[in-house]
Amino acid sequence: MIRHLALLTLALGACTSVAPIRNIAEPRSGVTFTSNDIRKLQNDDAANPGMLWVEQGKALWRAGVEGAGVDNKSCASCHGDAEQAMRGVAARYPVYDAAAGNILNLEGRINQCRVHRQHAEPLRYESEGLLALTSYVAHQSRGMPIQASIDGPARPHFEAGQAHYVTRQGQLNLSCAHCHERNWGKMLLAEPISQGQSNGFPAYRLEWQGLGSLHRRLRACQFGIRAERSAAGSQELLDLELYLAWRANGLPVEAPGVRR
Amino acid sequence: MTGALALKRAAPSLASGQAVRFAPRAAGCWLVTALCVGLPVAAAAQQVVFEGGAVPAPLTAVPADATRGKIVFVQREKGHCILCHALPDPEVRFAGNVGPPLAGIGSRLSAAQLRGRIVDPTQDEPDSVMPAYYRTSNLNRVARPYASRTVLSAQDIEDVIAYLLTLR
Repeated sequence: MIRHLALLTLALGACTSVAPIRNIAEPRSGVTFTSNDIRKLQNDDAANPGMLWVEQGKALWRAGVEGAGVDNKSCASCHGDAEQAMRGVAARYPVYDAAAGNILNLEGRINQCRVHRQHAEPLRYESEGLLALTSYVAHQSRGMPIQASIDGPARPHFEAGQAHYVTRQGQLNLSCAHCHERNWGKMLLAEPISQGQSNGFPAYRLEWQGLGSLHRRLRACQFGIRAERSAAGSQELLDLELYLAWRANGLPVEAPGVRR
Repeated sequence: MTGALALKRAAPSLASGQAVRFAPRAAGCWLVTALCVGLPVAAAAQQVVFEGGAVPAPLTAVPADATRGKIVFVQREKGHCILCHALPDPEVRFAGNVGPPLAGIGSRLSAAQLRGRIVDPTQDEPDSVMPAYYRTSNLNRVARPYASRTVLSAQDIEDVIAYLLTLR
């Protein structure tokens, strides 16, 4: 009996370790679906409006945070120079964190640091401060290929994200896959449908006249198909973010991207 | 009620306010019960009966208006069908290509087939990317303002069908 159970466990282990196959083997960044003007804007640091948030993030990285009136630590107090310490970090996110018992995206990790290391209040999702720090950290990986891991305890989160991705929702009854896997490259009126890759985020979106997180972008999609929107930072969007990162593995981090 | 009047009255609302409920499959047909939940002028509960992917019976008794149907087809606040479908019309400058172009659709499909595809294309093609324009059941996490509302009203759909039938 025990031997059977052990065999069953091994078999199950083998099953779950089978690497999933991507529907889009060679992903294409969203920026390749935009106009020349937008590509130029993204590629020129002096013109890319997202760089304003990166600059602000650089200042926040070095600024002390008055946490519970005791330590006044900055990010730099522990991590030093972000250009060294944060290089390549964003390319691996979201990651599973044992202390949190969950996957964390960059926003989550920054807030974990604020609460547990700086003894400060977490920054509100989509607040200018969190957007700035996230952009600054993500920017340190610009050009590096995304390499999100879905192994081990991250796997159930990947699977939840995948389930979300292929589930129809909203009054218009569409899944993410209906547009971004089956119909990318086709036109909606005069706009091409992209593959919905996440590698440009946080991104400056012309429609927003501002920089926003990936979760804000995903909520905009939910709004578009007339679905109930998930809260920014919610578990379902975190899981979806991990699925999207795996889907984008190999694409370069573009933060801060520029999109329509 | 003329078509123009109908358009005026329907324009401010998000959708028709009519709900569609699917009943169990019977003898190769899908029985659909439409329940009126919010229209100021109450329409009687209405049945939509599928035969294959088609719906032979019109959704309303009001004569369809092809001119109004074109407006419903094009307008962003209504069907906005040009988001995905091209039209053989010089007035329509931009159109998408997610769905097939509709030049000649009136000689390829009958009114019943068009009605079926607009009411609920998944009846004919379960994995269809085209939304169901007259269905409120078996949908997942619909945003509150749209809950229990169809995308288009019954009259909108009849008028669009009349317009599409002119494309020969």
